[in-house]
Amino acid sequence: MNSKLKLDQLNIHFGAAQAVKNVSLDFPANTVTAIIGPSGCGKSTVLRSINRMHDLTPSARVTGRVLLDDADIYDRKVDPVAVRRRIGMVFQKANPFPAMTIYDNVISGYKLNGRVKKAEMDEIVESSLKRVALWDEVKDRLKTSAMALSGGQQQRLCIARTVAVQPEVILMDEPCSALDPIATLKIEELIDELKEQYTVVIVTHNMQQAARVSDFTAFLYLGELIEFDVTKKIFTNPAKSQTEDYITGRFG
Amino acid sequence: MITYALRRRLTNHLMTILMVGAALAVMAPLGIIFVHILKMGASSLSMDFFTQIPKPTGESGGGMANGLAGSALMIGLASCFGLPIGILGAVYLTEFGGTRFATAIRFSADVLAGIPSIITGMVAYTLLVVPMKGFSALAGAVALALIMIPIVLRTTEEQLKMVPGTLREASLALGVPFWRTSLKVTLVSARSGIITGVLLSIARIAGETAPLLFTALGNQFWSRKLTEPMAAIPLQIFNFAISPYEDWHRLAWAGALVLVVIMFTLNLTARYFGRNRH
Repeated sequence: MNSKLKLDQLNIHFGAAQAVKNVSLDFPANTVTAIIGPSGCGKSTVLRSINRMHDLTPSARVTGRVLLDDADIYDRKVDPVAVRRRIGMVFQKANPFPAMTIYDNVISGYKLNGRVKKAEMDEIVESSLKRVALWDEVKDRLKTSAMALSGGQQQRLCIARTVAVQPEVILMDEPCSALDPIATLKIEELIDELKEQYTVVIVTHNMQQAARVSDFTAFLYLGELIEFDVTKKIFTNPAKSQTEDYITGRFG
Repeated sequence: MITYALRRRLTNHLMTILMVGAALAVMAPLGIIFVHILKMGASSLSMDFFTQIPKPTGESGGGMANGLAGSALMIGLASCFGLPIGILGAVYLTEFGGTRFATAIRFSADVLAGIPSIITGMVAYTLLVVPMKGFSALAGAVALALIMIPIVLRTTEEQLKMVPGTLREASLALGVPFWRTSLKVTLVSARSGIITGVLLSIARIAGETAPLLFTALGNQFWSRKLTEPMAAIPLQIFNFAISPYEDWHRLAWAGALVLVVIMFTLNLTARYFGRNRH
C-alpha cells in the first residue's frame, strides 16, 4: 500500500520540554490509524502537528518532516492554510460555530473563505450531511441554531463540516470522549465509511475503540513511539512488553 | 449562652440594615436626579423642542432641534473614527496580545480612559481647531472619538478573550486563513458583547460637554458644514442653564430630560444585548 502521510523523525518541543521524541510513522491511504497511549504521552501533540495547529502556539517547535504525498508540509514554501485545506480535523469537544445555523455550519468552510458557489451550496450541505448520516435528523431544521442539537449530533455536524471541504486526510482528536455509547457507535460506523474516501488518523483513549475502528495502531508512551503495527497484531500479539502492559490495563 | 445568641442575632440584623441602607444609597441619587429632571423638564417639553431652533433672547418658545441633530451627527462621526480603531485594535490585542507592545497599548488605553474629558477637548483644540482656524463639528467629533476609543478597545478585548479557542481552531482546521478567522469567527461570536460595549461608549459620549466646549463650541442656528461650529445637546444645556433667562432655563431642563431618556434607552438596549449571550 502506498503511504498518504508519513511522519519522519518528528520532534516537538514546548519551550524547553520535549513532548514528542523522534516519532516516525507511515499512514497508508484509505486506512484508519489509531494512536493510543496514556494521558500526556503526546498523542494529541502528534496529531495536531499533522495540520500545523502548533503554528498558533508561540512556544511550540516542530522539527523533522511530515510528508503528505511525499511533500513536506513544514517546508518553508508551504502555506499552512493550504495544508489545512487538505488535512481536516475533528476535535475532542464538538465545536460547531454557535452563531451559525446547521446549514451555515456545514458550508462554513466555503463561506468563511468567501468562495461560495451558490448553486452548489445546497448540494454540498445535503451530501455532507448524508455522508455523516445526519441528514434525516436535521433536514427539516437546517436553518435553526446548531447549538440545539445533541452532543452526538453536534459532533457529526462537525464531521460533516470537515468532509464538506473535501480534504484528503481527516484527523480526529478523541472524537467520542464526550459522547454516550450510542452516539459513539454511530461515529465509529461513520469512521469506517469515511476511510473509503479519506485517510483517517484517530487519537483515542479508548482501546476497545481503537480495536474496533482502526486498521493500524500506534502506541505512544512518554513521547516515544513504542510500537506500530496492524491493529490486530497490536491487540493480540504485541512485540513490546510495554504495549502488552498497556493494552492489558497494567498501567495508563 | 442566650445573651451570646441574642447578640449575634442583633449584630446580624444591624449589618443587614446597614447593607440595605448602603444599597439604597446607591440607588437614591439616580432616583432623585430622574424625578427632579422629570418634574422640571416634562412641563417644558413640547413638539417645538424637537422641531424648533432656539429663539432669540426675549422671544418665548423655541427648541433644541439643531442640538439634537448636531449631537447625532457628531456622535455618528465619532463612531466612524472611534469604532473601527477600537474594535480592530482589540482584535490585535487578543490575537497578538502576548507582546510588550500590546501591554503598552493596554496601559495607554487605560490611562487615556482616565484622562479628564476637558483635557481631551484641549488636545482636539490644539490639534484641529488651531490649525483649521476655527471651531468645528469635526474637531468635536474627534474629541468624542478620543474618549470612545479606549472604552471600546477594552470592552471589546474582554469580549473577544471570552470566545473559546476551540472555535478559532475549528475555523483554522477548515483551511480558513488566520485573519478571516479573527474577523469572521472570533469577532462574530463575540458580537452581542461588543454591541453592548459600543452602546455604552455611545451613551458615555452623548453626555460629554467639556470636550465640545473648545471644539464644536455650539451654535444657535442650523449648521450645515462640518467645518463650522455646531450645536449639541449637552452644550445647549450648559449655555442655557447659566443664562439669566427663565424660559432658557426651562429649555435646559427639557434638554436634560431628553438626554437622560436617551441614556436610559442606550443602557437598557446595551443590557438587552449583554443578556442575550446565554
